[in-house]
Amino acid sequence: MSLTQQVLKGDRLALSRLLTLVENNSPEGRAALAELFSHTGKAHLIGVTGSPGTGKSSLVNQLVLQYRKTDQKKVAVIAVDPSSPFTGGAVLGDRVRMRDLSGDDGVFIRSMASRGSVGGIAQTTAALAQVFDAAGYEIVIIETVGAGQSEVEIARLAHTTLVVEAPGLGDDIQAIKAGILEIADILVINKADRPGVEHTERALRSSLELARPVSRVYHHGQAMTVKAHKPPPNTWIPPINKTIATDGSGIAKVIESIAKHMQYLRTSGEWNARERARLRSETEALVRDTLMTQFLEGLPEGAFESALERVFSHSLSPIEAAQFLAQTERPQTPRATKEKP
Amino acid sequence: MSEHTIRVLVAKPGLDGHDRGAKVVARALRDAGMEVIYTGLRQTPEMIAEAALQEDVDVVGLSILSGAHMALAPRIMELLKANGQDQVKVFMGGIIPDEDMPRLKAMGITGIYGPGASTEDIVKEIREAMKS
Repeated sequence: MSLTQQVLKGDRLALSRLLTLVENNSPEGRAALAELFSHTGKAHLIGVTGSPGTGKSSLVNQLVLQYRKTDQKKVAVIAVDPSSPFTGGAVLGDRVRMRDLSGDDGVFIRSMASRGSVGGIAQTTAALAQVFDAAGYEIVIIETVGAGQSEVEIARLAHTTLVVEAPGLGDDIQAIKAGILEIADILVINKADRPGVEHTERALRSSLELARPVSRVYHHGQAMTVKAHKPPPNTWIPPINKTIATDGSGIAKVIESIAKHMQYLRTSGEWNARERARLRSETEALVRDTLMTQFLEGLPEGAFESALERVFSHSLSPIEAAQFLAQTERPQTPRATKEKP
Repeated sequence: MSEHTIRVLVAKPGLDGHDRGAKVVARALRDAGMEVIYTGLRQTPEMIAEAALQEDVDVVGLSILSGAHMALAPRIMELLKANGQDQVKVFMGGIIPDEDMPRLKAMGITGIYGPGASTEDIVKEIREAMKS
């Protein structure tokens, strides 16, 4: 039986090995992905992102516990932590917060190093999510590296993105900057037992209201109703949920928000739109890689390196080098011979 | 990039709370370019075997300072085998009396390190074990 067949039958060791092959972007892994693709498209991909130390792992731990308790869905977790930019090594510590999940066959946690990617997830994170999807995991939670302001790749991958905040991490100006808050489908204020939680909530709420003005305004302490700025029907307004992940408070509300968001995605057509956008960018990236490989193979021996050398010595700009290489005579490529007989 | 990165599970089975050694080793392996999955304190053999399976690691590193190694190590080896992970190399560190070492080696533990062991040796021996 092939590895993919074993995975489809629910073999956990086979699944784990396949994840490694896919993560390493090996030819076997790519072949397996192609084979599994027809089994994908069923899982709900949930992204969890936020600054380091806001409690993402603890929150994921609670979310999975809740999913397992309420509807026995099979849940996979992909936990991404950063790789060292110097040695390529990594310490992946998200499992430390997820010990409650061990001993449950319906849960599969996989740690992943970012391996040089800067968007908060690794290059092959999407592919790993696909493998879990094909293996029958209905919920796939992707925890990003502790993200700063622009690690927003997760929004392209996940159907629902949770942005986790904690009290005391920034003022209302942080909250209106572009980037991570914009990608939130659901905002979670974790550590809600800490002082300053009202302030954080107010900053986040007013930031949301700047995007979608509300109909009530306060003018010198008096509430006035202005002509309604009604949001167009079927707009998603990110809810703000408060949680204490260490004891599970507020988790049920987050699960509810996720379910509502799923409902919204389905009824608004957004689900299809996101799927199409994701598959499009994935296909484009693969076309780019394939063309790049073909292009490099078609170049005369050493042409790329010698052009690079000229760039290194500043006698050629990268733009000129690219143009030069693109116009370089490509003697053996079949297409060239066909077009110019 | 299909070059295989060495993945190591660093775990502390048993009840002692001294995790400095495990952290020093985890850090050294990271600096040697390996990917270390750190699971934290008070892991049962079942939890360790499960994590090793899910993470598809090449190496499991155990840190035991409680003296319970002769009870914990055989159980972990047994579970790894039962899961089909015979190829995983197991290394161990902590307070291990000399007379226990032959029996641990016979169980299939690849390397054992006590106080004063150098992290360079550990890195070197893990790399060597990967070649065989």
